[in-house]
Amino acid sequence: MASIATFEPRPSATIATPTVASLESVTKNYGQIPALRAVNFDVHSGEVVALLGPNGAGKTTAVKLLLGLTQPNSGKARVFGGDPCNPVNRMRTGAMLQVGKVPETLRVREHIDLFSSYYRNPLPLAEVLSAAGLEKISDRKFGDLSGGQRQRVLFGLAICGNPDLLFLDEPTVGLDVESRRALWDEIRSLVDRGKTVLLTTHYLEEADALADRIAVINQGAIVAEGTPSEIKAKTSGKRIRCVTSFSLDALRRIPGVAEVREDRNAVEIHASQAEPVVRQLLNQDPTVSGLEVTSAGLEEAFLALTQDNSKIADQKN
Amino acid sequence: MSSTTVVLSNARIERSPSHTATIYLKESKYEFLKNLRLRLYTASVLSFPLMFYVLFGLVLNAKEAIAGTAVPTYLIATYGTFGVMGASLFGTAAGLASDRGLGWLQVKRASPMPPFAYFIAKVVVSMIFSGIVVLALILLGVAFGGVRFPLGEMTKLVATLVVGSIPFSAMGLAIGYFAGPQSAPATINLIYLPMSFASGLWVPFMFLPKIVRQIALVLPPYHLSQLALGIVGAGKHESVATHWEVLIAFTMICLGVARIGFQRDQDKLYG
Repeated sequence: MASIATFEPRPSATIATPTVASLESVTKNYGQIPALRAVNFDVHSGEVVALLGPNGAGKTTAVKLLLGLTQPNSGKARVFGGDPCNPVNRMRTGAMLQVGKVPETLRVREHIDLFSSYYRNPLPLAEVLSAAGLEKISDRKFGDLSGGQRQRVLFGLAICGNPDLLFLDEPTVGLDVESRRALWDEIRSLVDRGKTVLLTTHYLEEADALADRIAVINQGAIVAEGTPSEIKAKTSGKRIRCVTSFSLDALRRIPGVAEVREDRNAVEIHASQAEPVVRQLLNQDPTVSGLEVTSAGLEEAFLALTQDNSKIADQKN
Repeated sequence: MSSTTVVLSNARIERSPSHTATIYLKESKYEFLKNLRLRLYTASVLSFPLMFYVLFGLVLNAKEAIAGTAVPTYLIATYGTFGVMGASLFGTAAGLASDRGLGWLQVKRASPMPPFAYFIAKVVVSMIFSGIVVLALILLGVAFGGVRFPLGEMTKLVATLVVGSIPFSAMGLAIGYFAGPQSAPATINLIYLPMSFASGLWVPFMFLPKIVRQIALVLPPYHLSQLALGIVGAGKHESVATHWEVLIAFTMICLGVARIGFQRDQDKLYG
């Protein structure tokens, strides 16, 4: 706690920018329930990092530790090399959290005016309104806004202090496709201005679309970390679905098949490459029908990575 | 880092005094606007004491006297205390419980807002609404009830009741830290309505049963109303210092309880 607001350049082979936020073997329990288990995690200056995981994985806990809203049971959470609670560091961070209720009788403009006043060098009101897409609704009361508009106001509050580091906790949850894409554009334009962003999401598409780096988190532990393409590469490349007379065992013997699952009357095959498997299927089984080949997107990567854990648990039982 | 670390004790932030003053002012301004536009707040806090006063002080009993003091004058002191209590309890507890329980306070805590600004704004705005209720009662009494005050006496009455809102704001903060967001208003009513009755704010004190009168001696609204009644010449002529001492002690206890809640929140996650 003695060192405050000093950068700690992190020796790294691939990333030369300094670490602006980190969890150092952080464990956090709520009573008997572990939320994070010895998690190590860094965010470097200028990066967009996505913490990707299902509900209850520990994403929000990680963000709250980095905002100094809760303290770890062991390990350290640091922001700009110091204590996240330090107001000097809070001046340089902005946060969009999941909120149940925001004071509803204040106008959008008033909410932003108040939050801007907390910071030393806030953005001009007009700039916040335009960056968050709030110009047309700036005189509306918060209680009269739609869900998407409310999220945009919370986003406006996160950026109004012109912070260097932004925490966005499930920023697009509950938004329709159009509002989600609009918010993505706004997040990208922040990154263009040199901001560092840590976002949490359970939308796999979102992590893929925005992040330089993804950390997949499940049951309080980071199970995979890398660029979106590295994460995808960690699982088999293609998913083949069809109805076939092949037995599951026969399918498993086809070279290149990683996994076979029964799904209602069809089978689902995961394979590194689709073509050899499909060729053999069509050659040896004239009854094959309903053939579908899809690439294993982040969704599959994510499912495979998180299921690995639960499978290990299942095998133990 | 140990869990005893308190946010308040952290390193200094470079902020000019005028910037800090601006934050406190804006926090208070928007807290005021927020409550003013909240119909539930203005209706229950402003309307009820005024309605009671019009009914029981102006329409009925206007020519009567209680212990030698005209009813319209007497009731300004007691409904004034009632109004101050409502404005302060609802002004602090309801908002705090909701902000705490539903995540808004976390958003504020994650920002560089000075932590005290949030609380001071609630206390200041409760004092402002307390002042509004008392002034409205006086205005009604003077206009329609034939109430006549020397200016000095009136100033003293308003000042006493406005300062007297602080113990109830402290109580509100304590309630706000322990009540849930949905149950806070009910909790306030459960405490505030019986307390008002037992302190003689609705039925003049001397008409209350003996047992209630004995309970009243430990209730803060009793002591505030006796201070107010003393100013308009209808008090029981107990020591003014004693009344203030009880109110100060009560404030300290409530702030202590609120602080326990504040500490507890430092390491608790919601949702």
